[in-house]
Formats: sequence, C-alpha cells, structure tokens
Amino acid sequence: MTISRRKFLKTTSVSCLALAAGPSLGHGYELLELPGRMSKGPEELKAKRWGMVVDMRKCDGRCTEDCIGVCHEIHNVPFIPEAEHQVMWLFQEPYENAFPDRSRELVSKVLKNRRFLLLCNHCDDPPCVRACPTQATFKREKDGIVMMDYHRCIGCRFCMAACPYGSRSFNFRDPRPYVRKINPAFPTRRRGVVEKCNFCQERLEVGKMPACVETCKKGALVFGDLDDPDSEIRRILAESPHVRRKPELGTRPSVFYLF
Amino acid sequence: MIEKAFHGGKGYWIWIIFLAAGTGMGLLAYLYQLKEGLWLTGMSRNVSWGFYISQFTFLVGVAASVLMVVLPLYLHDFKAFSPITVLSQFLTVGTLAMSLLFIFSDVGMPMRILNVPLNPTPGSMLFYDTVFLPGFLLLNLIIGWTALGAEKRRAVLPPWVKILIYISFPWAVIMHTVTAFIYAGTPGRGFWMTAIMAPRFLTTAFAAGCAILIVLSMVLGRLSSFDAGEKAIQKLTTIMFYALIIDAFFLAVEYFTAFYSHVPAYSETFRYLLFGIDGNTAFVPWFWLMNIAILCAIGLLAFPGVRHNHLHLSIACIVALCGLWIDKGFLLVPAAFIPNVFGRIMEYPPSWVELTVSLGIYCLGMLMITTLYKVTTAIKRETNVRR
Ligand code: SF4
Ligand code: SF4
Repeated sequence: MTISRRKFLKTTSVSCLALAAGPSLGHGYELLELPGRMSKGPEELKAKRWGMVVDMRKCDGRCTEDCIGVCHEIHNVPFIPEAEHQVMWLFQEPYENAFPDRSRELVSKVLKNRRFLLLCNHCDDPPCVRACPTQATFKREKDGIVMMDYHRCIGCRFCMAACPYGSRSFNFRDPRPYVRKINPAFPTRRRGVVEKCNFCQERLEVGKMPACVETCKKGALVFGDLDDPDSEIRRILAESPHVRRKPELGTRPSVFYLF
Repeated sequence: MIEKAFHGGKGYWIWIIFLAAGTGMGLLAYLYQLKEGLWLTGMSRNVSWGFYISQFTFLVGVAASVLMVVLPLYLHDFKAFSPITVLSQFLTVGTLAMSLLFIFSDVGMPMRILNVPLNPTPGSMLFYDTVFLPGFLLLNLIIGWTALGAEKRRAVLPPWVKILIYISFPWAVIMHTVTAFIYAGTPGRGFWMTAIMAPRFLTTAFAAGCAILIVLSMVLGRLSSFDAGEKAIQKLTTIMFYALIIDAFFLAVEYFTAFYSHVPAYSETFRYLLFGIDGNTAFVPWFWLMNIAILCAIGLLAFPGVRHNHLHLSIACIVALCGLWIDKGFLLVPAAFIPNVFGRIMEYPPSWVELTVSLGIYCLGMLMITTLYKVTTAIKRETNVRR
C-alpha cells in the first residue's frame, strides 16, 4: 500500500466523521463537511430562544470524542497541550464537577461514572454579558444566543470571572499553530481574546442543526426553541424531570440535563 | 516648577537610576509578555485573574485614601493636614498611574484598550473603573499642582480648585466602590459575592493609605527639611488604627457567615485559605500571616509608646501594610477562583515574568512619586526660608 501519511490521516479523519454520523454514512458526511457548502443550505433556522437538552440516559460518554471532535474541528478550536491553557467549546466533566453544588456523597452508580457533556449554557440572564466592558460578548435579541465579537474583545477576562460554568476559554497562546486542520469557512482567533461555544450560529443561518446535535447518533442531544410550547424540546422538558447547572445563581441556563 | 526635580544630591540620583533600571527591567519583561502572550504568567483557565489585577485593586485603594486627608482639612478645617495634602494627592497620582498600567498589562489585547471608552457599557463595572481612575488621576494632579503653585507664590487657593476638591470627595468613594463591585457582583464566586466587599475595600484602603503616608512623611523628614508635623502624624495614626480595627471586625464577620452557615459557596475559599484543601496549601501561610499582621499592627498601635515613637510607629505601619497588601494585593483576587467553578482546587503561583513586570510598574510609579515629591519638598523649603 502506498498511501502517504497525510492522505491516510485525511481519509481516517473523514471516515471517523462518517462513522460518527452513524448508519447513514454518506448523509452524515455531507452535512458535516462545511467548507464551500455552507451557502447551499436551506433557509435559516429560527427560534425565539434556542435551547438544548442533553439526555444523559442516552449519552453513555463512549462516543463524546466524536461530537467534541467535530465541534472543535469545524470551529478551529486549537488543541493546546497544557491543561491550564486549554480552549474548550464542548467538553466533559464527571457528575461531581459538572454539578459541584449537588450532593458530593452517595452519588448513584449511574451518575458516578458518567461524563457530562458541557458547553456554554447560553444563559437567559448571562452574567458574562453584564460583565463585558466592550460588549464584545452580547446576547442576540432575536434568538437568545450569547455571542462573541472576537474583533472587539480586549481580553480582560472579566467574562471568565463572571461565568459560573467555566464555559469560556482565553487564548493564552497564539491558537493557530494548534489548530489541526484549519476550516477556512470559520474564522480563526488570535492570541489574547476569549472564545466559547456559539450554538453553531453559523450553521443555523444556513438551515443546519448544531454540529454536535447532528453528530450524536444516539439522539442524546435535542436542540430547539424553548419559547415555542409545541417544540420537541418543550415536549421533552414537560415529560421528563430535568436539571440545569447551578440554577440558584439565577442565570437561567438554556441547556438542560436529563438523567 | 518641574525643573526642581533635576536638582538633587548623589543619593537622589542613585535612587532615580535604581528606579529607572527597575522600570527598564519591567518594560523588557512586558515586551516579552507582549510578544509571547499571557501564558507566560501564572494565570490559567482556572485562575484567570492574578497578580496584576490584585495590584490594581490594592493601588486604587491607596489612591482613594487621599479622602482621609482632604476631608478633615477642607470639611473640618483640620489645618495640621495642610503640609501633607499635596503629598497625599501626588501619592494618589502615582498609585493611579500604576493601577492603570496594571490593567493594561493584564489584558490580552492592549492595543484594543480604547474599545472600552469607545463602546461605553454602563452595565459593566470595569467600565466605571476606566472612567473614574483616569478622572481621579487628573483631578488630583491638577489640584496638587495648583496648590503647590499657590504655595510657591504664597497665594490662596483659587476657588475653582476648591470646587474640584469638593468633587473629589464623593469621587474617591465611588471610585473604590465600583472597584469592589467588580468582585461583589459576580455570581458563582462566593468569596467575592458579599455586600461587605465595598465597605471592606474602603477601610483597608484608608488604613493602607494612612500607613503609607506616615512612612513617607518619616522618610521625607529624614531626607529633606520637610516636616509633616506631629499633629498630622498622630491624626493619621488614629485614622489608620480605627480603620484597621473596623477591617478586622469586617473580616471576623465574614468568617462567622462562612463558617457558621456551612454553606460551601461561602466557606470553601475561606477553608482553603485557612487550612488548605486536599493537601493544597500554597496560600495558607500567606493568609495566616495576613491575619497575624493585622492583629499585631492593632496590638502595637494600641500602645501610646508605639504611637509616639517615630521608629516604632513606622514599624507598626509596615506590619499593617504587609497584612493589608497580602489581603488585597495578593490573595483576594486569585483566591476567589479556588476552588474553581468545577469544585476543583487549582492553585495559582505568579510567574517571574508577572513579578518582573509588576516590579517595573512599581518602580515607574515610585519614580513619578519621587519626582513629584522632590518638587514639593523643594518648594516647601523655599517658602519656609522666605518666611
Ligand atoms: S454559560 Fe457562561 S459563558 Fe455561557 S452564557 Fe452563561 S455565563 Fe455566559
Ligand atoms: S475578555 Fe473580551 S469578551 Fe470577555 S469581558 Fe473582556 S472584552 Fe468582553
């Protein structure tokens, strides 16, 4: 076999993505391959307040590499080797770290070994937005997504102090050399600015669901309009008991966990 | 008047060169940080604010303490403070310049710093600081400089300066209160989110400011013909003493709430600071030292013998300053990130780059203060001779 190393890596990463997309191989791949195809999508997906349900009964944590990998790949999230400077949009934490304020003892076995999928909660009352002195972090009126303007951010990190969920990452280093494969369809960031999950705003614009939601073949991630009583997400929330992270802080997260 | 800063003895120039060298070193370290990025500091995604923001906080406090001098002088006509008024205003100028430089050193994109005034965001507490700090700096520079000019000409203070002085009263309080609000309004950081933060900030500020002024007056008295006057020193000592006692009381109240309520959000950081958690104890000795220093300073100052002996008084002031600096200038900011939002203990040691940059900023600030004090003492000497 005379496949060059690079080509091999390319093919494997592609097939990884394809695998991640589940049985409908080609279909999943097509949806995930972003560059050049962005403009082809149908109409923009709209909501009054986007929200997500993470169903931990379905997410067994075995394939989270896939959704995290896709998210980080399409968003040019750098892979910084040292843990203390890592940049993370979508990440995992054990139960007692995801919900540190909940019972530390006598955790049920099911929860104990679960790695909870965490991301920016796109809080309805986001303290990060309140803190930002330049409005580089702002909540989009039309759909409640908490967004960032990387060109305006001065890197003061007030938002990081204000976010009680650890959803924000500061680029302590120049991120570009640490991006494995640059996706030209999405901006890269520079050293000295903060970044975080954007609920795939750029995909919603072209009629696509967030990449993680689309990648998850177990249906553990449900994305929808929290403001629409007839939406699937509202139906799930009405049917199953759910929790949000640190609800006592009044931030009203838009990400819900079922377990 | 500024030309007076260029006439000095050998000692003066050695001190200036020393400070200039320190500033240069800091500048080099800063350029290195600018080139490489903030990963050179000890800060991380867990402890995202550290030594720089701590210094900023401490120094804004020292700057606000000018209130403890101008208030008695202009509102209560406490004349004994007039010799040290200009000194305290220039101290404010120097410390505010340093505070601003510390913010500047801390941000990831310093070239974009003007985005703050360009996008005024009244909801952000940091925005108010960027308004109130430069404003107060200018205010004190103008007031101090005109007062000095008036003294030189033996004229009375022009009325417009008086108006500026009255404006500076509430300004000082607001300036330091919004600094406290940066912290006190932050959900999820239980150590900071306490209503007593602003009152505590003001008491520690007044204590630290008076302590520094006393020490500086002593030093100037030795090096020049400057005399602050015993009455002024004693008054400053009294203010510092009560500010320290109130601070200790506030701290005790904080301990009670944290440890009696057993609410982890409030008590965990205190537990970490007092005893360490899971073998992580980096801040523990510092925290104990802080408590001991404050109590020792109060104990020392309770003795009239200490208060009236200048050497002993200086020592008590320095002990107090150590405690106050460790509290506000070292632990207060990073400790709130421990444990982090995931309940993990990730400690923070400042890096040598951070420390060198900080040293440089302190040297630059002291250079400013030295120059301004040189002018002040020279003019005061002239007017005294003419009398
Ligand atoms: S999770 Fe954090 S970053 Fe996201 S909106 Fe809420 S406070 Fe802001
Ligand atoms: S780091 Fe950037 S986004 Fe965060 S508060 Fe500062 S300017 Fe705003």
